[in-house]
Amino acid sequence: MVLSLLRYGLRRRHVPWRVIPPTPDRFKPSYDVVIVGGGGHALAAAYYLAHRHDITNVAVVERGWLAGGNTARNTAIIRSNYLTPEGVQFYDQSVRLWRTISNDLGINVMVSERGHLTLAHTDAAIRTMRWRAEVNKHYGVASEVVGPAEIAALCPELNLSHEVRYPVLGALYHPPGGIARHDAVAWGYAMGAAARGVEIHQMTEVTGFDIDHGRVTGVRTTRGTMRTGRVLQAVAGNSSRVAALAGFRLPIRTVPLQACVSEPVKPFLDTVIVSGSLHVYISQTARGEFVMGGATDPYALYAQRSTLEFKETLFSDMLELFPQLAHMKMLRQWAGLADMTPDFSPVMGLTPVENYFIDSGWGTWGFKATPVCGLTMAATVATGKPHALIEGFALDRFARFDQIGERGAASVGS
Amino acid sequence: MTTGRLPPPYGRLLDRARTIPFEFEGARIEGLAGDTVASALWAAGTRVLARSFKYRRPRGLLGHGAFDATSYVQRGAEPNVAADRLLLVDGLPAIEGQNRIGSLTRDRGAWIGHLGRFLPVGFYYRTFFRPAGSWDRIEPAIRRRAGLGILGKDGHHAECEKVHLFCDVAVVGGGPAGIAAANAAAAAGAEVILFEAMARAGGFALVDPAAFPDALPADGVRVMTGAIAQGLFEDGMLAVELGDRHGRVRARCVVVATGAAEQPIVFRNNDLPGVMLASAARALIHLYAVRPGTRAAVVTVNDHGLAAALDLHAAGVEIAIVADARTATNILHERLAEAGVTVRLGTVPYEAVQSNGLAGLYYGGPVTGIELATKGAHGTARPEGALHVCDLVVMSGGWSPLAALACHAGARLAYDADADTFALSDIPGHVFAVGAAAGLHTPTLVVEDAREAGHAAADAALGRSVLARASPEPEPGFNHPWPIVPHPKGKEFLEFDEDLTIADIENAVADGFDHGELLKRYSTAGMGPSQGKQAALAVLRVAARARRLAPEGIGPTTSRPPFTAERIDLLAGRAFHPARATAMQLQHRAYGATTMVAGLWQRPAFYGAPADAERAIAAEVMAVHEATGMIDVSTLGKIELRGPDAAAFLDRIYATPHAKQPVGRGRYCLLLDEAGNIADDGVIGRLAETHFYVTATTGQADATYRLLTWLNAQWGMDVDITNLTGAFAALNIAGPASRTVLAGLVEDVDLAPGAFKYMDVRHGRVAGVAARLLRVGFVGELGYEIHMPAAYGQAVWTALADAGRAHGLRPFGVEAQRLLRLQKAHVIIGQDTDGLTTPAEANMGWAVGKTKTSFVGRAALAVRGTRPLQRVLVGFRMDASATVPPEASLVIEGDAIGGRVTSAARSAAAGGIIGLAFVPPSRAAEGSPFAIRLPSGAMVGAEVAPTPFYDPGNTRQER
Ligand SMILES: Cc1cc2nc3c(=O)[nH]c(=O)nc-3n(C[C@H](O)[C@H](O)[C@H](O)COP(=O)(O)OP(=O)(O)OC[C@H]3O[C@@H](n4cnc5c(N)ncnc54)[C@H](O)[C@@H]3O)c2cc1C
Repeated sequence: MVLSLLRYGLRRRHVPWRVIPPTPDRFKPSYDVVIVGGGGHALAAAYYLAHRHDITNVAVVERGWLAGGNTARNTAIIRSNYLTPEGVQFYDQSVRLWRTISNDLGINVMVSERGHLTLAHTDAAIRTMRWRAEVNKHYGVASEVVGPAEIAALCPELNLSHEVRYPVLGALYHPPGGIARHDAVAWGYAMGAAARGVEIHQMTEVTGFDIDHGRVTGVRTTRGTMRTGRVLQAVAGNSSRVAALAGFRLPIRTVPLQACVSEPVKPFLDTVIVSGSLHVYISQTARGEFVMGGATDPYALYAQRSTLEFKETLFSDMLELFPQLAHMKMLRQWAGLADMTPDFSPVMGLTPVENYFIDSGWGTWGFKATPVCGLTMAATVATGKPHALIEGFALDRFARFDQIGERGAASVGS
Repeated sequence: MTTGRLPPPYGRLLDRARTIPFEFEGARIEGLAGDTVASALWAAGTRVLARSFKYRRPRGLLGHGAFDATSYVQRGAEPNVAADRLLLVDGLPAIEGQNRIGSLTRDRGAWIGHLGRFLPVGFYYRTFFRPAGSWDRIEPAIRRRAGLGILGKDGHHAECEKVHLFCDVAVVGGGPAGIAAANAAAAAGAEVILFEAMARAGGFALVDPAAFPDALPADGVRVMTGAIAQGLFEDGMLAVELGDRHGRVRARCVVVATGAAEQPIVFRNNDLPGVMLASAARALIHLYAVRPGTRAAVVTVNDHGLAAALDLHAAGVEIAIVADARTATNILHERLAEAGVTVRLGTVPYEAVQSNGLAGLYYGGPVTGIELATKGAHGTARPEGALHVCDLVVMSGGWSPLAALACHAGARLAYDADADTFALSDIPGHVFAVGAAAGLHTPTLVVEDAREAGHAAADAALGRSVLARASPEPEPGFNHPWPIVPHPKGKEFLEFDEDLTIADIENAVADGFDHGELLKRYSTAGMGPSQGKQAALAVLRVAARARRLAPEGIGPTTSRPPFTAERIDLLAGRAFHPARATAMQLQHRAYGATTMVAGLWQRPAFYGAPADAERAIAAEVMAVHEATGMIDVSTLGKIELRGPDAAAFLDRIYATPHAKQPVGRGRYCLLLDEAGNIADDGVIGRLAETHFYVTATTGQADATYRLLTWLNAQWGMDVDITNLTGAFAALNIAGPASRTVLAGLVEDVDLAPGAFKYMDVRHGRVAGVAARLLRVGFVGELGYEIHMPAAYGQAVWTALADAGRAHGLRPFGVEAQRLLRLQKAHVIIGQDTDGLTTPAEANMGWAVGKTKTSFVGRAALAVRGTRPLQRVLVGFRMDASATVPPEASLVIEGDAIGGRVTSAARSAAAGGIIGLAFVPPSRAAEGSPFAIRLPSGAMVGAEVAPTPFYDPGNTRQER
């Protein structure tokens, strides 16, 4: 590695390291699989289709620039300390994939297991955390309820004084929790998929589907129609609208979720800190910036605008936890579109349209699931049957009122 | 040192009568009132103000007040303060350099700068991950190097105020354009506020008063200086930093007059200290009377550089050479020639050099000379091979509009090939862009257009008809299509925040990152503190050329708020964390309650010190069992319904039946959500045929009220709903002596057991106060809930406390109440249920009206009822010698999760450890043993037990 850098430095010309393949000028006569959306989930599915199932005649169709949706806008928190058995096992598989992902893809995704603390400010919150911790441990996921003394040791910068409105009573500590470089994972999957012949069409919007006797046969786009045997929809915030193009409804509301980043400073904060009661979370990147976010906006909307109120409430609460941040300046704020489900679990698997598969309902928590979504959706598309890890997340669970309740573990802190 | 300043009228912002000392990097420096830290340092001869982010190169001043991030310094605990915007004031904390080990001039971390060629763009992505685990080892070292300043670990938060301002027209930017627009708008009758970032309005007119003789705000204009507009939000909300206050400005129209950012020329070592923008040099001279150097080279692509050269000459700075990339001459060239200055046409800078000895070689140092090149075809440059000795290089590479605010509001910024710069389009109707922000530079044009815009803004704001104003085309001739001079040895910086060179951008494009946004993310161009204000144009040009496209072919990145780095303390303002207090809060304090958070409320957990918890709770429980206790339950939701349809309405919503509930009776009520999950419970009392009083749990009070009003709005039934949660206080007095205590204080109610039965409701007076009385039994003893207007809550509480003293009355808190209700196996919604619990699972199927045809969640229950139960809530007992399992301990069945403990406690009255737990239905029978795993991992046994645990016949509460 050091050697390759040396070699690079001594060379006279840059040897391109083609990460993102150029968009082909025209479509092939037909594809085995068309993936709608070019975010991390879509690219991961394309990668695993090509690498694990030998399905390479695949087109990924993205309406904007590659992975410019929520994949580019999230706060990159990875963790598996969920509440339901389905959730814990699913996200745990993802955390395992993250551990080797840089090696697997040949790009440094900068996965950093920094430890993750979810603060409790009420005894009810402590109870829910203990429940999470117990379920996590049952499935082998490191997770423990800790008290103020342990919190102080893990995060000495945190304000543990009782002279605040909501003193910290305890926390759920999850050592494997951490962050990653969000864009890089999408680029890595794109690079790996393209190496196997997958086509990536940027600046191409899907506008409709050809459906013949309940079975999908084609994908209409702003650049023409693609013939295909199978379709995978992975469009996050646009899920309900694209599903409507295919003729079915989703129990999903799209709500803006905002975040912001500060100027870079020297290392200050090691762990990822989340407060469910104050609705804020924060981590510090390897560049030294603080990445901060809060709860979703209070209303459904498809506009990716940012608001002043978001910053005001975020910082008013954040300074309770970290009064030192009063000396910082924020640099940039933005919004993404969170596809929220009633039970805070995703919607994955088959749909009412034959050969049309879906990966949606990722709300505020889907970045961490990128690898496992790719893996399980690729298997589902390849075999036509839902992968065992996602059976519980089927769309028809809502018709049966069979929800997978993750509200207690997913509502804030992504 | 304050000598050596230029004489007046130079120094327009200075108050020469007052010197202000401060400390920089341990040295005492003296400046003048009106100076910025940067101008004072420059005057004192300090040249290295900062170290760059990545390569730790020494940096001086690039711009002055130009919102670049070149001269960031540390002020006490505050990192990343722009020295060129930091005003000298008395008592300034010590100023330090940043991102250096040792001192700024001798940064022991400077070695990294010599490794540049081994750190290609995106190199982190390509390295440090093989073999597995490498990143874990290397990342800590990278983290340590990253970042600029140091955030003090124990800084504190002084609360800042917010200011709300309203006006017809807000003008942002107090330069000639802003002033002209503001004056015109005011003259047209609008109320106008002008926001200016600097300490005084004037902008470019302070540098060149002759060009803008009328740049003075009129009397009708309210001028606010030191004001930085940070964001223009969708609903017309303008966020402005006003010194130490945060301004929320509502203006009908906003004029964006924020000017333009002068652009560097991209050439080798253009970042050396002493290489600065022409606008910075002119600001130092005119505003601060500072001679920016002794011998200068000026390199330019437009007239602004020439104007700077004239200024320098006039200020006594020797001019080594002026290089103009253009070939045509104009009057400025003539004037320079008259002054004896050599001007080289068709000439560009090739390389700035520093020869500061061996130390300079290693640490870097200020500029000592420059080599020029003649321009050939296609942007090639032929170096002249001669060195021009100088300690100052002044450059002008054109202008890029600072139009971010217009973009926040929805305008688009795209490359304009005619003017070789960015231009605005799609500006929304309430926003007007003027002056350099709109691409105009010629004084007469600027002022004329701004006046017109100001007038139009006033018309629009006042609702008068406005002719659609075509936004002006940017003026050509002030920019250059390619102010970029590649050098075979690189180091031509086009992004100063991130130390990015031409090759970095070209290579990123070659790696496939060819869209503006992808390029930004991969190369980090534009991600730094200045957000690319001095870089975006050059990045676009280089990327376009690398792709063999015109610059228009690559969209610029989205401009997001804030305009420049924005203070977090101002945004946070005064912490507003509302708290609710019940009418009896003072009493609780007087009794020494330890409180706990319950939503916005603070409820007594028990009465006594935290260390005393166990004893206090036991005494409170004992009082309720043996004498009497009193608890404040004012936090309960209290909702009143009146109207002919009230009974039918409630019956349609609650799972419990209420249509035929007799007047004068109360009933337990259970509310489900649409999926059939338990959402809330309480008591509904029927006070009259058409009058109901509904309680809800503390946690769900708001949600339940919201649901009722929402459904009423949908159904349009004849019922009025009033939320009395805050208007009424409530207490529960319970225990064998409660009737006796109450008897002495109650009027109009017959308390006799036969007359006021369990679950009856009555109107009456308690201690002279009109109240509602409910006989309820949550804690398992004879008891009464008393609801009264909050204004009298304290009086009634005190009266009862006084009357009860002789009967052993004690106030009790939430902890005692929890144990008391657990003894009765009463479920707490949200603790013994979770968001997905059906009545059947909670063993509360009895509460659901069997014959009811309508209630929220009924359809879902019908579907869910067809499937076998997965879990059931049961009561359990454990051996008295065991430890009490913490709530949420898992119930283990085989090696799977079978359920969990929802409540558990040691109860003297029930004789041992009791609790509630979800268990598999196969384990639900009385006497079934099951296993609990404690958080420690230890397994303990429990047994399903009959409930209630205490007084199974309910004789005590119903006596
Ligand atoms: C502010 C914010 C913070 C977050 N923080 C976290 C976090 O810390 N941890 C975490 O795990 N999750 C987080 N999330 C959630 C996470 O970002 C998403 O769940 C996840 O990225 C979804 O990935 P995706 O690939 O499905 O979606 P996306 O990346 O959004 O990809 C969907 C793509 O589909 C494209 N598309 C849409 N419609 C069409 C069409 N008709 N034709 C073609 N293409 C189309 C879009 O342009 C988009 O690029 C956060 C989200 C936001 C907004």
